[in-house]
Amino acid sequence: MWLTNSSVGRKVVMSVTGLFLILFLTFHTLMNAVALFGFKYYEAICEFLGANWYALVGTAILAGGFVLHIIFAFWLTFQNRKARGNDRYEESAKPASVEWASQNMLVLGIIVLCFMGLHLCQFWAKMQLPEIMGEHPQSGTDALALAFGNWWTLPIYLVGFCALWFHITHGFWSAFQTIGTANEKWICRFKCIGWWWATIVMGLFAIEAIYFTLHFNNIINC
Amino acid sequence: MENAISFNIKVWRQAGPKEQGRFEVYQMQDIPTDTSFLEMLDILNEQLIEQGKEPIAFDHDCREGICGMCSLYINGHPHGPATGATTCQLYMRRFHDGETITVEPWRSAAFPVIRDLMVNRNAFDQIQQAGGYVSFNTGGAQDANALPISKVDADEAMDSASCIGCGACVAACKNGSAMLFVSAKVSQFALLPQGKPEAARRVKAMLQKMDELGFGNCTNTGACAAECPKQIKLSNISRLNREYICAKLAD
Ligand code: HEM
Ligand code: SF4
Ligand code: FES
Repeated sequence: MWLTNSSVGRKVVMSVTGLFLILFLTFHTLMNAVALFGFKYYEAICEFLGANWYALVGTAILAGGFVLHIIFAFWLTFQNRKARGNDRYEESAKPASVEWASQNMLVLGIIVLCFMGLHLCQFWAKMQLPEIMGEHPQSGTDALALAFGNWWTLPIYLVGFCALWFHITHGFWSAFQTIGTANEKWICRFKCIGWWWATIVMGLFAIEAIYFTLHFNNIINC
Repeated sequence: MENAISFNIKVWRQAGPKEQGRFEVYQMQDIPTDTSFLEMLDILNEQLIEQGKEPIAFDHDCREGICGMCSLYINGHPHGPATGATTCQLYMRRFHDGETITVEPWRSAAFPVIRDLMVNRNAFDQIQQAGGYVSFNTGGAQDANALPISKVDADEAMDSASCIGCGACVAACKNGSAMLFVSAKVSQFALLPQGKPEAARRVKAMLQKMDELGFGNCTNTGACAAECPKQIKLSNISRLNREYICAKLAD
């Protein structure tokens, strides 16, 4: 199967799962944004998704995409380290055009993974999981209150968002380059679109997290 | 007067593929700035021979930027600090009086050191042998109007064909990937009608050979294109991916 036993095939898997995850994050932040306008609307979305069959199918596909992306990430990085060999340069200079993120995708991914672990414990384990188990789930707003009532939640989330921002600013155009859709003109365009996409999505996540923290610590009252 | 400079040169010395290597520092006095980098190494080697020591082994041939043999990693850059130039096109005026210049071989698992600054780039020949050619007789040159090729395609094919197979792209890559080289070799044919009949077979065979030889997976860092002496463009890699994916989907 060329998707597993050729370098380009493996990169295609990375690229397609990565783009899918970006799409998921985009919907995720838009749904969170609903809470900015009123928690009752947010509750409506939580209820609509809940543990219905379509939400479960969606979650399963999402989890599958994540697992593939992560397995291939470690696999590719391991192969790359082997190809690079053990001898390091005494002196090496990074050309100015090389993005820092592009050389640190695994590290950024691992930071994202840690952040996600916490995030799933704080929300998924309290909302969808109990419902699947036939128990009574916590309401979305209560889960938000519990998580963002802690002062340490916000800084951890902001670190996670930063890592994702770096990961996506490179990942976005890299994914289009990988699936063969780029050329000299479009590399610049994809880089520009990716930068804005990552900035808007991550900026919105950050605004939401800051708002929830202020709201649930009674610092602001709206 | 800055017409001649004196400096230290720190060179990687390694007696053989399996030997342990180390750096040696040599002092160079009053080297005219018009000396090319390789001529400077020739001067150093003459001095070493006079002192009864082993000269430094390094690859070179044409000394005019067309053969791709020269391959030194100088002060942290493959082919040194100049852009769009090979090591043999580098002159001492790029360096300063009193500086220490670090010279290393390409370091990548697929390019093992043979001796000192010389590495084995046979892997590139093997990739080329796997499909980097047109296997049928294309006949004599046709009338120019018989086979119209757009100026854009002709230019791009020509640019890709300027790859000299030096391996700087692999040397620069943190993933030890040969994608820029392979993409240039695939693109120079994929863009032209003469290359089209064998395009699918070629891209599959060359890529398979590249993977087999243990080169890494490209993460699109772009260090290769930034360091390439022939300024081969990164977009070639996307074309290689496109050619490969289409060939595989067609199977
Ligand atoms: C929601 C989270 C994530 C998103 C949106 C995302 C997105 C992407 C995208 C679009 C790419 C570019 C693919 C390409 O170059 O073709 C990529 C590459 C990569 N990702 Fe992720 N990713 C996420 C999570 C992770 C995690 C959790 C890890 C690892 C533990 C990870 C590790 C990597 C690595 C190592 C690469 C580079 C692979 C390569 O180019 O060889 N990512 N990611
Ligand atoms: S692509 Fe550039 S750096 Fe790589 S082998 Fe060809 S000329 Fe050398
Ligand atoms: S010696 Fe031929 S390219 Fe430098």
